Amino acid sequence: MEQLALLIAATLNAGTVLAFAALGLLINERAGIVNLGAEGIMLVAAIAGFATCAHTGNDWLSFAAGMGAGALLALVFGWLVIWLNTNQYASGLALALFGAGFSAFVGISYTQAKLPERVHYQIAGLADIPFIGPALFKQHPMVYLAIALTVGLAWFFNRSRAGLVLRAVGESPDSAHALGYPVRRIRLLAVVVGGALCGLSGAYISVIYTPLWVEGMVAGKGWIALALTTFATWRPARVLLGAYLFGGVTMLQFHLQGEGVEVSSQLLTMLPYLATIVVLVLISRNATWIRVNMPASLGKPFFPGS
Amino acid sequence: MLKLESRPAPSKLMSVASPVLALAITVVLGVILFMLLGKDPLRGLQVFFIEPVKSGYALSELALKATPLLLIALGLSLCFRSNVWNIGAEGQYIIGAIAAGGVAMMADKDTSRAIVLAILAAGVLGGMAWAGIVAFLRDKANANEILVSLMLVYVAEMVLSYLVYGPWKDPAGYNFPQTISFLDPTKIPRLVTGWRVNIGAVIALLAVAAFWLFLFRVYAGFQLQVGGLAPMAARYAGFSSRRALWMAMLGSGGMAGLAGALEAAGPLGQLTPHVPAGYGFAAIIVAFVGRLHPVGVVFSAILMSMFYIGGELAQSRLGLPKSLTGVFQGLLLFTLLACDTLIYYRLRWQSAPRGHAVAPAVAKGA
Repeated sequence: MEQLALLIAATLNAGTVLAFAALGLLINERAGIVNLGAEGIMLVAAIAGFATCAHTGNDWLSFAAGMGAGALLALVFGWLVIWLNTNQYASGLALALFGAGFSAFVGISYTQAKLPERVHYQIAGLADIPFIGPALFKQHPMVYLAIALTVGLAWFFNRSRAGLVLRAVGESPDSAHALGYPVRRIRLLAVVVGGALCGLSGAYISVIYTPLWVEGMVAGKGWIALALTTFATWRPARVLLGAYLFGGVTMLQFHLQGEGVEVSSQLLTMLPYLATIVVLVLISRNATWIRVNMPASLGKPFFPGS
Repeated sequence: MLKLESRPAPSKLMSVASPVLALAITVVLGVILFMLLGKDPLRGLQVFFIEPVKSGYALSELALKATPLLLIALGLSLCFRSNVWNIGAEGQYIIGAIAAGGVAMMADKDTSRAIVLAILAAGVLGGMAWAGIVAFLRDKANANEILVSLMLVYVAEMVLSYLVYGPWKDPAGYNFPQTISFLDPTKIPRLVTGWRVNIGAVIALLAVAAFWLFLFRVYAGFQLQVGGLAPMAARYAGFSSRRALWMAMLGSGGMAGLAGALEAAGPLGQLTPHVPAGYGFAAIIVAFVGRLHPVGVVFSAILMSMFYIGGELAQSRLGLPKSLTGVFQGLLLFTLLACDTLIYYRLRWQSAPRGHAVAPAVAKGA
């Protein structure tokens, strides 16, 4: 029972990493922009957050640093694809490759660094409940923030006027333009906010999740987050569910290794990646279902006035 | 105020000038970076652009590094031209190296030199099989090829890791994760004694000619490109997008696998966890900087090879991390994409904003 509680707690934690990035990418994609650079943004944000934490010891400053780095990179990406109309896939790849190189370059002096002692968070009172306490209420506040952000985004997309406009920009930029909305500015804002959330996710990885810096440590989580938006058919609540599902798969891998199960560690490490493929295949098989839910102008450039 | 104004027709001049301009901007950024780091920028330029070409041996090393980049980028050009986004060439390269290594380990001292052919064939087939998974899942289940091919890179790394830590580990290797060193008959023949460059460079140049013929002189190559540029037109003309998908994936997978085989049985000579060197990702940049054109790719592969060697030299001579290579590669692709805007637009000095830019939607792709 105690083991299970710890597994649930670890799953929520691992899911939180993916949730912030995937929710950020969801905002991008709802506005019609695919950002394949998520992995690169997360890596740069991870080193930005780690370095900040190593110097200040403050989690929240570190998160802010990660978000700032993410927003800045996303701004460059957004300027390229929205104002210069460069190919979104190619530009995203450029960002992913640049981020990998740049983070490794900047991070080289931090590979041996250790972070100051971590604070252990728990919700007073609730944390003492047997089983439920250790499973749910001994988490970093960010875990609850991810849930709050999901609820907020669901409300934003479905109930708010601004959310409606954002969706319109992703579905039919020409109509939104005709109605007088500044399509390019809205898209850029969505890209920057999305980048900041990817950055938050990256900083969470290096500061809380695995508090250290290793080159390439994001290890494909940015790409998995991209897959999650498809998996969730672009809905916030499903993004969160998907993130926990993948968090569970990742944690199961460590758990089985800990239990000494007779499976090679390489096979276990493959699991999240294989799971991503399997899930993509299962979801995508119904092409109509995907087409109905996908923002209609996803990945397509917009030329105002054409 | 500077304004972008659309050109009546895409500029032929700029499509060639843009990579040169992008390189120039990257160099300027590099100089600024060196100054920020307190290093002599002239020394930096020398390390990246003079030392890799200063002697016969240096040129041989340059060609050796450029070979896998060129081979993989040729295949990727085929893919990107047909709008198939294979970005998992790194994985196909790893599996190619594994398959080639598997054959190489069957050899003993008396094996005929002909085994090199089997090694290369195994590499090609390995890469094709790995890419074939992506094509199959895209074709049958509509699964996004970008994500699937990328996920398979991580899986391929784990397959390699499993083999070199497990069943293929050299029993006499002091417990290091590595296979036995491949025996002499399996070694890829070198072109010049004393230099490491091997017949892979010749194969790569032959492949350039073959890809040029296929893309511009063969009907199937034409069909493939129409499918990428204008999917609707291709459909009306009865060109099969399924066939284009399979052709592009298997072609690029085979090329990446071949590159893996040439590395494994060439300069590496054994399998270790360090087989993946990022060539599959760097080749994406090579393909774009080379304009997805077989001849352009030759130049950009050499350039990218200079970045690799320059990065290594910067580590030993200037005490900078090797990952500087990755920074410059990423910057180059970024600046190239930005400079490419000038193919479709020109910069105009304008006092007040007026009019709207209209761009050729088809030419810019999806």
